[in-house]
Amino acid sequence: MASRVVMPKLSDTMEEGRILRWLKQEGDRVETGQALAEVETDKATVEMEAYTNGTLRRVFAPQGQTVKVGSLIAAIGAPDEDISAIVAEAGQSHVGSGLQAGTPGSVAAPGPSPTPAPSPTPAVQAPRPAVARPARAAATPPARQAPSLAPRQREGGRSYRASPLAARMAAEAGVDLTGIDGSGPRGRIVKRDIEAAIAGGGQQPAARAEAAERAPVVRVAVGRQGAPEYEDVELSQMRRTIAKRLVQSKAPVPHFYLTIDVAMDRAWEAYRALREEKGTITINDIVIKAVASALRHHPEMNASFAGDRVRRYNRVHIGVAVAVDEGLITPVIRDADLKTLEEISVESKTLAKQARARRLQPHEYTGATFSVSNLGMMGIDEFAAVINPPEAAVLAVGAVRQVPVVENGTIKIGYRMKATLSIDHRVADGAMGARFLQTLKRLLENPLLMA
Amino acid sequence: MPVITYRDALNQALREEMRRDPRVFLMGEEVGVYQGAYKVSRGLMQEFGERRVIDTPITEEGFTGVGVGAAMVGLRPVIEIMTWNFSILAIDQIVNGAAKMLYMSGGQVKIPIVIRGPGGAAHQLGAQHSQSLESWYSHVPGLKVAAAATPYDAKGLLKSAIRDDDPVIFVEGETLYGSKGEVPEEEYLVPLGVADLKRRGNDVTILAWSKMVNVALAAAETLANENVSCEVIDLRTLRPLDERAIADSVRRTNRCVVVEEGWPYAGVGAELADVIQREAFDDLDAPIERVTGADVPMPYAKNLEHLAMPAADRVVQAVRRVMYLD
Repeated sequence: MASRVVMPKLSDTMEEGRILRWLKQEGDRVETGQALAEVETDKATVEMEAYTNGTLRRVFAPQGQTVKVGSLIAAIGAPDEDISAIVAEAGQSHVGSGLQAGTPGSVAAPGPSPTPAPSPTPAVQAPRPAVARPARAAATPPARQAPSLAPRQREGGRSYRASPLAARMAAEAGVDLTGIDGSGPRGRIVKRDIEAAIAGGGQQPAARAEAAERAPVVRVAVGRQGAPEYEDVELSQMRRTIAKRLVQSKAPVPHFYLTIDVAMDRAWEAYRALREEKGTITINDIVIKAVASALRHHPEMNASFAGDRVRRYNRVHIGVAVAVDEGLITPVIRDADLKTLEEISVESKTLAKQARARRLQPHEYTGATFSVSNLGMMGIDEFAAVINPPEAAVLAVGAVRQVPVVENGTIKIGYRMKATLSIDHRVADGAMGARFLQTLKRLLENPLLMA
Repeated sequence: MPVITYRDALNQALREEMRRDPRVFLMGEEVGVYQGAYKVSRGLMQEFGERRVIDTPITEEGFTGVGVGAAMVGLRPVIEIMTWNFSILAIDQIVNGAAKMLYMSGGQVKIPIVIRGPGGAAHQLGAQHSQSLESWYSHVPGLKVAAAATPYDAKGLLKSAIRDDDPVIFVEGETLYGSKGEVPEEEYLVPLGVADLKRRGNDVTILAWSKMVNVALAAAETLANENVSCEVIDLRTLRPLDERAIADSVRRTNRCVVVEEGWPYAGVGAELADVIQREAFDDLDAPIERVTGADVPMPYAKNLEHLAMPAADRVVQAVRRVMYLD
């Protein structure tokens, strides 16, 4: 019986996906586990696997089209099989009618089609999501699917098999499994392969660059003199997610802002000393550490507005905004209040690197209880950030500047930094925010107090 | 330290425990006048008399039942089954009687019985007399199951089994009776539920018990010549299982081979594989390999019998597979 292929849900937050490229063409033979298409989700570019054997009979969603999760995008069946029922369904749901990418509500609704099926009902099957999870990931599985022996895949597309130990070692060492040729049976990546990779300085994710190279489609409007008056750059999935998320924040969340000036002389001294010693600590690491400690003292700021109540979190997970080519993402340092400055530094560095390579796993960028955004390194003295819901606040950190300060009637050179707290007024008020900032200031001005 | 046979180590254990506790007695076929089909009870009737070393008719269910009854009223019977193959006749007394009594009496009636005898194949005894049934008994809640590989462990474990208040299935090795090893003169016990490291290694954990320990050690020796370092763990007790020793070792070596004389299906090795995947999943670098007896009634023909038994070369092959050396 012919099978419907629908857009799989490839991440927690995925609602729609864009077909970047069909890897199989109509008429091609496909096997279970083979990559059918590259799909751009809101977070990453992922290969979508076939979940059945057969011939790719029809493609309903052309390359470049964005469709909702659950929408019919192709049919797989025997070469001579009657697939008119599926084709009829596709026609009914308007998929494949050349709609503009991203037009809201224009694509097929998920779920079983209301079309009466004249012939035997085609088997519904979503392709297996191809997002791999590290062995100990706390993230929920991308979707519930029948177990499959097909090799696991990662964002960017290459498949791998690995022993549990190898998977864990790779996760701990930050080695990308997709770049490794396993030496075990059927290409299984085993301990010695990871050891070799670590010894060889890790692997470069080759597939990553490929995805980045693919330029977005640009439509150009030609002006009177023949010069373009404007160009329309199609939204990447990440830009689309940022747009959606921040409207979700700024419109319903009543923001207000508090700015404080912090004397960073001692923090700067500590930073210089640590930098000499360890070579990796940044001012932002010190800020994260201070924020995490301050949140311990002010649990009212480590909270969410939850409709009829305020939820205070017992654990402190700090989201750290990281700029990437297409936008930004906030990887999370979990239990930051329990970590040493050095641990925070190592982790934020690793996460930022992963973020820039678009290799973050969902559990690495979700679940923050408070965020820090720092534009100091880009010369910004002061700014206000938009809250990332459901968090109740975000701290926007500016540059540490050398400024003249008046002390005991004389002018001397001091280090100062401005930090602006954006707060969800439903959760906290000005005085609460101010007290938090006072604690933060006290910690940054006396770094030894950060336990 | 004196070097004695496995048979004599068991004899010492029985003798010491019978001297120590007058409630301990031995009963079974040929244990008295004939001094044991395998001479484990040599001299015991002379020392302790016919009331404590009791010859029975060929009635496994009957005399095992008598043992369970004696345990119910406070004695500490040691029942010798000539070989574990014959225990199939007594299994109702063991499984429905001995194993369940404590539970069904609401904790009132303990059954401190030891049922012992040789298990496994010897040489060309045929399908009915060449079975390893320890997995059957390990399956039953209420029973403890021990299987010693060395004279030292045989003595220490049997003494612990006799002192234990629960029914203990004590599986000896028919081809181990003549094997020799050091056994101290002073008294000692080997606790139930504690595995023993028979050889330390880093690359793979081999789990075995009873005479398969020797097979595992022989394989380890061969593999040492190929620079593969095998750790051999002798489980000694199959129930309760020393899960911690197993998991700790596999977490270190990342690989495991289980050697089991009995049949593969639902064997003890299957349980071990389950323990390992639960306790050491993230440390596994390869699927767990099992080397077992062939899944057939034991052939009588010598060449086929040889092929049906786990042997060191098969363990070597399994280790090479988990090491990805082939």
